[in-house]
Amino acid sequence: MHKTICKVLLAAALLLPWVNSSFAAAEEQEAHSVEGITPGHEAEIHGEEVEKLNPGDFIFDHIKDAHEWHIMTIGHTHVSIPLPVILYSKSSGLHIFMSSKFKHGHAAYKGFRMETTGENKNKIFGEDGSKPFDMSITKNIASMFFGVFILLWIFLSMGRTYRKNPVSAPSGLQTWFEPIVLFVHDDIIKPSVGPKYERYAPYLLTLFFFIWINNSLGLIPIPPAGANLTGNIAVTLVLATFTFVITTFSGTKDYWKHIFNTPGVPWWLKLPIPIMPVVEALGIFTKPIVLMIRLFANITAGHIIVMAFIMLIYIFAEMSTGLAYGISVISILFNVFMTFLELLVAFIQAFIFTFLSSIYFGLALAEHHEAHEKEHA
Amino acid sequence: MDLLIPEFGTIIWTLIVFSIVVLILGKYAWKPMLKALKQRDLTIAESLQAAEKAKREVGQLQLESEKLMAQAKVERDKMLQEARELKESLMHDAREQAKKEGLKMIEDARQAIKTERTAAIQDIKNQVSELSVAISEKILLHELSDPAKQKELIEKSLVDVKFS
Repeated sequence: MHKTICKVLLAAALLLPWVNSSFAAAEEQEAHSVEGITPGHEAEIHGEEVEKLNPGDFIFDHIKDAHEWHIMTIGHTHVSIPLPVILYSKSSGLHIFMSSKFKHGHAAYKGFRMETTGENKNKIFGEDGSKPFDMSITKNIASMFFGVFILLWIFLSMGRTYRKNPVSAPSGLQTWFEPIVLFVHDDIIKPSVGPKYERYAPYLLTLFFFIWINNSLGLIPIPPAGANLTGNIAVTLVLATFTFVITTFSGTKDYWKHIFNTPGVPWWLKLPIPIMPVVEALGIFTKPIVLMIRLFANITAGHIIVMAFIMLIYIFAEMSTGLAYGISVISILFNVFMTFLELLVAFIQAFIFTFLSSIYFGLALAEHHEAHEKEHA
Repeated sequence: MDLLIPEFGTIIWTLIVFSIVVLILGKYAWKPMLKALKQRDLTIAESLQAAEKAKREVGQLQLESEKLMAQAKVERDKMLQEARELKESLMHDAREQAKKEGLKMIEDARQAIKTERTAAIQDIKNQVSELSVAISEKILLHELSDPAKQKELIEKSLVDVKFS
């Protein structure tokens, strides 16, 4: 009973934006027809009509974050799921409203407007040009909520099963995820972090599954999946920062000694000009930065390639319809291949991020006995 | 290039969401899970060890029983042998005894027969003598009734008597 209610609520929650969006679409059309009267807007609309398809813009609109979840455009009607906008402006305080109020950037609301073109496309500014704190639930954030919902659902139900009967043979969800958990725990965390791995296991396991699930969701082109969350530099920045902070705070005396007075290195690399210490100190920061860039670049690149194959169809469609049909077969085949590849990449990137984080923790925790011996010799 | 510029809002949301997820999963998923997995590993290891031990014990028991069986067999053989020997010796003894007994009985019988015979002979002798006396008496009485015959007898007797 309880479960069915949950399911109904979930379905409603998922459907609601659709209903909303159809309203938004209707409003949109109305807006166009009304605004059509004013000459300025008319010109703008005509301008849009004349404007040719720009594959680059299309791809980057997908790659980048947005305040609404764009599904499709039929003629001038944008079908999209509006998302909540949360703004804090120093002058006017906190504002929470749905992004549909902007009418896809055509209208201002409460003194804010959304850019529709240029470098700041889809970003919200005050009408006076000020930039408010934008804490909106954007497409990426909404997709992250969905990913986290799945993550929590899978692992909390699994956790409950383990709590209830710890010794029984795995069944259900356990059979799917236990081997992966064991792989991450036994083959990545344990050997890389070293003897004190138990303290780091919760973070690393969460990290792995957070990245993996969100990577994989990014490959499903249907809302609420399909956002480019792990290809967003802010997200990878936060994840890399976690690793950086944990590494830094786990650093033993040996770790810092290795950085500022690296054993086994000729003294002249340290003394008059501290080349080695500088290089090593830079390493503290380059490691997490590389983590951040790697995940971001891999996932974004994957999305760009998939989108590019799809755009090929439209580019050829502008030349001839027949050509587009021909190309679409090739394009779809390539996309299927790319999606399989990206599934692999989704796992590999989660693995690499977790593996390198584990290694950094392991390095920070390591007691370098062999180095000391070398020093004494 | 704005792809490379992190959005402040996204950072904050990711920070909040990810931290909460780590805390929740850490407490309610990973902790019971890893504990259970450890426990399961231990249980499996223990079970394997117990099975190994049981197997060893069974092997040992089997060995012992085999040893016992062998011992019992030897014992049985020995007992059979002994019984056979005993039987043999008993039979031998009995036969010997019987033989001895028989011989003795035969001897006794012979002795008895001998004694009886002597007694009988003696008896017969006595009776013969008695009878002969009686007969001679009767004959004498009869003979002597006739003086002729008396005379003849005396003569006959005198014939036999040799004067020496």
